[in-house]
Amino acid sequence: MTSPTSEGTGGFAALAQGDRVAAQLYTDPEIFDWEMERIFYSTWVWVAHESEIPEAGSFKMSHIGLQPVIVNRDRKGNFNVLLNRCRHRGASVCEVPKGKANGFTCPYHSWSYSLEGNLRGIPYPDGYEGVTEKRDLPLQRLRVESYNGLIFASFKPDIEPLEEFLGDAKIWIDRFMKQGAGFPVKVQGEHKFRFEGNWKIQLENTTDGYHFPIVHRSWMASVDAETADMLSFMTDEKAVTHALGNGHSVAIMVPEHVDLEEDDGMEELQERFRHIIDELSEIMPQQQVRRIVRSMHGAGYNLNLFPNLSLSMSFFRVLRPISVNETEIQHMALGLEGGPESVNRERLRIHEHFQGPFGFGTSDDSEAWDRVQRGAVANPDMPILVNRGLGREVTVDEGWKTSHVTDETGMRESYAMWKRMMSDEN
Amino acid sequence: MKTDTAEEVVAIDNRPAPQRYEVGLGQLADPLVGRAIELIWREAQLLDDKDYEFWQTLYTEDAKYVIPVDPDTEDFESSLNMVYDDARMRHMRVTRLVQGYSMSAVAAARTSRTISRFTVEEITADTVTLRSAQVLVGFKRDKFQMLGADLTHRIRFNGDDARIELKLIRLVNSDSAVNASGFLL
Ligand code: FES
Ligand SMILES: [Fe+2]
Repeated sequence: MTSPTSEGTGGFAALAQGDRVAAQLYTDPEIFDWEMERIFYSTWVWVAHESEIPEAGSFKMSHIGLQPVIVNRDRKGNFNVLLNRCRHRGASVCEVPKGKANGFTCPYHSWSYSLEGNLRGIPYPDGYEGVTEKRDLPLQRLRVESYNGLIFASFKPDIEPLEEFLGDAKIWIDRFMKQGAGFPVKVQGEHKFRFEGNWKIQLENTTDGYHFPIVHRSWMASVDAETADMLSFMTDEKAVTHALGNGHSVAIMVPEHVDLEEDDGMEELQERFRHIIDELSEIMPQQQVRRIVRSMHGAGYNLNLFPNLSLSMSFFRVLRPISVNETEIQHMALGLEGGPESVNRERLRIHEHFQGPFGFGTSDDSEAWDRVQRGAVANPDMPILVNRGLGREVTVDEGWKTSHVTDETGMRESYAMWKRMMSDEN
Repeated sequence: MKTDTAEEVVAIDNRPAPQRYEVGLGQLADPLVGRAIELIWREAQLLDDKDYEFWQTLYTEDAKYVIPVDPDTEDFESSLNMVYDDARMRHMRVTRLVQGYSMSAVAAARTSRTISRFTVEEITADTVTLRSAQVLVGFKRDKFQMLGADLTHRIRFNGDDARIELKLIRLVNSDSAVNASGFLL
C-alpha cells in the first residue's frame, strides 16, 4: 500500500471519540485495509506461545493481519518469525500447521530455506549465474521478542522494545502465568471458529463483563452453584476493569483470584474438584493442593492485549481478522507442563464446557457478535456507544483508569489506541 | 515437501495392489445391522427435528458422544474435543438447547442431514459398530452451511431394545475453523 494522503485517512481517527465510535468501524472495507497497514503491520502482534514450539526445529503456522507467517525455534534456541512466501515466485513454503523440520523447501521449484530463513539451495543453479545471489533472497524475517512465554512479532524493524509496548500489562501477564502453580503453562489444544463480524467486536467482548449473565445464562444455569457464584461479579465492587495504556486493559471478574499465590486459607475449594483434591492430597502437601485447585479456573481476570491476544482466565483468546466482516478466533486451552495428568484433563473438560463451536458459552457469544455486525449496517451515522461507567471512572494510584468490570473502560482504552494508530500524525 | 524423484515415482508404481475389503459378505443383511441402521436414521431425524429430549433417550446411561478436534486421536480423555459428553454433560446440553436461555439455540439453523456409506466395523453377540458418512446442510438467515463428517456408532442390543453406546463424529474440518452452531450433530 502506498503512503496515505491526509484526505484519505485523516477522517478515520475522528471516527473514534472517547465515549463512542462510528459504526463504519465495523463495516467499511477501506477502514479495514488501513487497519491492517497501520495497526497489524505496525505494532507487536502475538504469534505463538513457546510451548507450541518446544524443541529445536519445532514450528507452527500463524498470521499477522492477513499475512501468513511461520514461527519456529532454531538450533540456537532463538525464535524466528518468517513470512510464509517463497522468494522465487511466491508459493507458500509451509502448509503444515505444526510440526518439526530442519528447514522449509518450496514445493514449486524446490528452493530450500533454513529455520533462520536463509536460502540454502536452488536446484539447477546454473541459470542463476551472474543473475542472483542466494544470500540476497532469504525468507523475509520479522522482528521477534518474547515475554514470559508469549512470542510477538512485528513487521516494523524499528519498533519500540516489546516490554515497553506491554508496559503495565506485564504485571498481569506475570500473575496470569501463576496458574501453572509451579509448573510452566502449556497450550493443551485449541478450538478454532469464525464469526461473521468485524475483529473489534471480539476485541471489545473480552473486556465486556456486562454481557456475561445475559449471553451466558444457559452456561450459568448448567454449572455447579460454586462456579456460578464465583462468576457473579455484577454487583461485586471489587470486580473492576483497569485501563493499562497502549490499548491494553484488564477486566477482573474474580477479585480473590487476581494473584493465585496469595491464599489466606479461607476460601473453600470447590466440591466439584473433590476427586482431584483427594488424589493430590496423597502425593503433595495441602498448600500445593490448594494452589493447584484454586488455579483450576485460571486467573481471575481477562487481560486484553491490543490488538490480537487476550489472556482469558484459563485460556488464550487469539483473534485473526479475515475481512471487514469475518474474524477467526482461536481458544487455546492451557495446562500444566509436567503437572498432574488428572488436573490437565479436568482443565480440558472445563474448557470444552464453555469454549469452542459447541461450547455452552462460545456459541452464544458468536451469535451475539453476528448480530452486532448485522445491526451495525443500519444507519451507519448512529454511533456505537462505549460510555458505560464514564461517570464512575476513577484513576487509581497506579495511574490506571478504573471502573466496574461491567463498564466499558477497557473498550475505551482499545479505541483510544486505535485512534492513535489510525491518525495521520502517527 | 520434496518433488518426486525418478526413484520415488518408480516406488509409487511398484506399490502392492491395495488390499481389498471383504466385500460381498452380506453383513448389511444381518438383522442386527438393519436394526442399527434404523436407529441411526431415527436419531438423525430427531436431531433435524430438534427433539433433543427424546433424542437423549436413544443413548445408554454410560454412552459417550464425542466430536474430537484431533483427526487421529483415540485418546479423547487427554485431548481437547469440541464435545466429549457423558450422560451428565449430555443431559445439561439438552437442557440448554431446549430451555430457551441460549440465543444460539433459539436461533439455530434448520438442518437436513443424510447418512449413508454404511460399513460394518464389528459385530458381536450384542453390539454392532458401524461407520458411515454424514452430510449436513443447514440454513440460517439467507445462508447455507455444509458440514461433512465420518461417523462411528456402536449400538448395544438388549433383547428388543437397541441403544447408542458410542457416537464418534469426525468432522472433515475438525482441526480447522468449525463455526459455532446452536444445533447438534
Ligand atoms: S516459487 Fe518457490 S521455488 Fe519457485
Ligand atoms: Fe462471552
